[in-house]
Amino acid sequence: MSYLEFNTKFVPTGWRKIFYVNWPLVVLPCAVAGMGILMLSSVAGGDYSTWALPQTRHLIIGLIVMFLIAFVPSWFWRNMSIVGYLGTMILLLIVEFAGHTGGGSQRWINLGFMNLQPSELMKISLVLLLAAYYDWLPLRKTSRPLWVILPILIIMLPTFLVLKQPDLGTALLLVIAGGLMMFLAGVHWLYFATVIAAGVGAIWAVLTSRGTDWQLIKDYQFTRIDTFLDPSSDPLGSGYHITQAKIAMGSGGWTGKGFMQGTQSRLNFLPEKQTDFIFNTLAEEFGFVGSVSLLCLYVLIILFCIIAGLQQKERFGQLVSFGIGMTFFLFFAVNMSMVMGLAPVVGVPLPLVSYGGSAMLVLMAGFGLLQSTYIHRPR
Amino acid sequence: MRRSPKETAESNRRISRRALFLGGAQLAFAAGLGARMRYLQVEQADEFRVLADENRIKDRVIAPVRGRIFDRNGLIIANNEPTYRVSIVREEAGDVEDAITKLSSLLELEEDDVNRAIAEMKVTPAYLPVTLADRISWEEFSRVNANAPSLPGVQPEQGLSRIYPMHDIYAHVAGYVSKVSARDLDRYEDPPAVLKIPRFQFGKVGVEALYENELRGSAGTRRVEVNSSGREMRELGRREGASGADIQLSSDSALQDYLQARLGDESASAIVMDVRNGDVLAIASAPSYDPNKFVRGISIPDYAFLRENDHRPLASKAVQDAFPPGSTFKMLTALAGLESGDIRAGDTAYCPGYLEISGRRFGCWKRGGHGSMDLVGSLRESCDVYYYELAQKVGIENIAAMARRFGLGSRPDIPMSAVSSGLIPDKAWKKERHNEDWLVGDSANAAIGQGFVLASPLQLAIMASRIATGRAVTPRLVKSIDGVETPSQGGEDLGITPAHMDLVRQGMYEVSNYRKGSAYRARIIADGYRLAGKTGTAQVVNRLTKCTDPWDVRDHAFFVCFAPYDDPKIAVAVAVEHGCSGSGTAAPIARDIVLQALYGEEPPLEAYPAKDREAIEERQKDIRQKLRLRQEDRATRA
Repeated sequence: MSYLEFNTKFVPTGWRKIFYVNWPLVVLPCAVAGMGILMLSSVAGGDYSTWALPQTRHLIIGLIVMFLIAFVPSWFWRNMSIVGYLGTMILLLIVEFAGHTGGGSQRWINLGFMNLQPSELMKISLVLLLAAYYDWLPLRKTSRPLWVILPILIIMLPTFLVLKQPDLGTALLLVIAGGLMMFLAGVHWLYFATVIAAGVGAIWAVLTSRGTDWQLIKDYQFTRIDTFLDPSSDPLGSGYHITQAKIAMGSGGWTGKGFMQGTQSRLNFLPEKQTDFIFNTLAEEFGFVGSVSLLCLYVLIILFCIIAGLQQKERFGQLVSFGIGMTFFLFFAVNMSMVMGLAPVVGVPLPLVSYGGSAMLVLMAGFGLLQSTYIHRPR
Repeated sequence: MRRSPKETAESNRRISRRALFLGGAQLAFAAGLGARMRYLQVEQADEFRVLADENRIKDRVIAPVRGRIFDRNGLIIANNEPTYRVSIVREEAGDVEDAITKLSSLLELEEDDVNRAIAEMKVTPAYLPVTLADRISWEEFSRVNANAPSLPGVQPEQGLSRIYPMHDIYAHVAGYVSKVSARDLDRYEDPPAVLKIPRFQFGKVGVEALYENELRGSAGTRRVEVNSSGREMRELGRREGASGADIQLSSDSALQDYLQARLGDESASAIVMDVRNGDVLAIASAPSYDPNKFVRGISIPDYAFLRENDHRPLASKAVQDAFPPGSTFKMLTALAGLESGDIRAGDTAYCPGYLEISGRRFGCWKRGGHGSMDLVGSLRESCDVYYYELAQKVGIENIAAMARRFGLGSRPDIPMSAVSSGLIPDKAWKKERHNEDWLVGDSANAAIGQGFVLASPLQLAIMASRIATGRAVTPRLVKSIDGVETPSQGGEDLGITPAHMDLVRQGMYEVSNYRKGSAYRARIIADGYRLAGKTGTAQVVNRLTKCTDPWDVRDHAFFVCFAPYDDPKIAVAVAVEHGCSGSGTAAPIARDIVLQALYGEEPPLEAYPAKDREAIEERQKDIRQKLRLRQEDRATRA
């Protein structure tokens, strides 16, 4: 709708906007982040200052950013989406050529007061841009091949850059998030069926090519697949992380070993315990009760995102609300699958819980966008 | 943007439909995640709990305290002494160079040790201690401890190590311990965990080895929690082990010391047995060595010196060397003849200096011959021809049987290393071993303890004990284990006619106490202390040699005896390698030993024949000096 149309429907203004904030989607993420901060103090051996305190800082900054973004009208974000996307692309290029290498990959730019990870930013920029794109595109053109290729390009360009870092996990997330946005927007399901069929075909081709002359992936990559399917085949090598992670989870039992009593994390058997595998520490210390509680909190967040989306009346708002919800689901689903041995380890953190400034900030920004469309929706 | 309300509504519907579809899929996926959680945390929980514990719980061994070895009077032969060492833990010390500099002002640091420690620290994890100085003194240890607060990362540690305060006195008997080797571990089908402790001390030779399992005790275990790098975080529990059993030998260390001093520079061995209960009062082999050198790991030059010494200090001669016993065997041939009825007490034989058997001439040691000899006389003057004749009558089978009844030919049951079983040949043996028939000449040789017959000095002592008592005395080296006394070895009656035993004993008495006896010059005159014995020599090369010939071709010299004659208490056997004359070399040593043992201290000169007293006095002074020097030497090296 036009700017004029927009403003004639009832939309709150000024400080009154605070009454129209979707409070469940503020409280629930804070609750999740709170659990995360609790776990971070446990994995640091009770020391609050190593990770818990910085994470609290990240949360507060995130909340501020969220509210700032929320109070800005949503049409602003729609109009700025292309700028955001291009800006993030430039940052990705900068990382490619001048990025800080940590852990064998180039991912960050050192801003002095914090490390910025452009790939995290891209997760939200992409969603925003695709929502804006499908809002701009006339409905009937949605499934036309030309207008399908364009979003595919929009998705693949940053994916390619991220893959070069190399960051397989984030690249996958970008592709799947982009695909979900296209599905939501109404692209014909045949496109997706084809892609899935092609994907299955490709996997089948790769697997059957093993050991033959035209083997499609390297031997060590096949070993990675083997280890994923059966981590116990290489318990001290590549299967070590996931074996220890499962031990941590499983030994928690119904109610866990108790706060700060997790032996796997406390004694350093669990790797990456403050980032990728923090869920296992939670599971070890608070048991099935604890892990299911966190799962429920996440599900509730998704639920409220869907409810907020259903309350939207126009396209951009719906696409943003559902889009943020779907991608949020993607993040925690992939991490949980990974740490429970259902998916290969790809290095995806648990949203709002894993230690990390960029991720927290970007997620809060995403929720901010959702809040913005929620507050400023025409009623 | 310029959308009609209809289009907007249509878009709404579509998006909502798809969103709900996706939402449903997400819910299903979340349910799947929940189910997986349940699987891991509820159904597989026990399994994972076990794995988590396997990760973090390790059992570590606590080394047990080794049992000690004492002599019969409670004097310590083998003990455990505390050793002190200083280690550095790199991650706590921080500046290692600085710590070492500070330490060098407190204790003496060898440059080699410092360099070695620094090199080791480069390859070991930062939390593991690296030994810097080992076997430091108590004073140095205290200084480091006192300065501990200003020495972060420096760990003074205390351990236990084996020490032999008596040094060379019991080297062959008690043996020694040293670092456990791969070969030692192979002896066990399932080696106990304690043997895998680094630098664990394991019995290698002697009583230390033969009683290793009793002396070692049992290890305790500490249950500790470790982190993923294996560092101990805390102790979860401990079960104390048991220290090893203390072993008391029946030997008297003062007497043993005397034997070592008296044997002096000779390559010789001597045994003193209590004939009533088999107690081994002393069993010495000279020259000896210091077992303490082996505990820490003997240096190559030291070991080469011991090995290349032609007097063979490393050999446990009393049990290990098996020689042809020579004339000391004759008592057994005599008894064989008496018991089988082939000869009677009064029977005589004529010795012209030789006997022809199957065309070969077997000579007697006395060229001119002894003339007419009866049994007692043949022992007294050690006539060979008498026994050549006897051998033909009795036959090797009877001789061998009798020898075995007196302990020859079978391995004595004594907990020492390399115990020889000697050899008593018979027809079957020769057939099997040499694939030849037994010849009469072989019997003749055997009858005088030559030819194939082999016996160790210990076996001769056992034989002497059995002759003295008429019972099957066996040696008892270990008197008690952890306070529990082992059974006495006085033995059953041999079942030999007492009159025959008396006859043989009479012969031995005359050897030492009658003018014509071969050991008359080494007699004791004090009443109630007289000894009865038998001389012997064994040829080394196949020709007659003289006592002036080079050392390594001279005959070996033996003397066996028991005393006091009227009421036998002890038996003594002395073997002097290349000693040349049994009466000249071995017998005087045996006499001194008998008197020392019976008196319990330096015997009075009156016990000796008047003619010998001056020489004996000289020797006693000499021995006293030697004993004092040995004592001082032990004190300084302690």
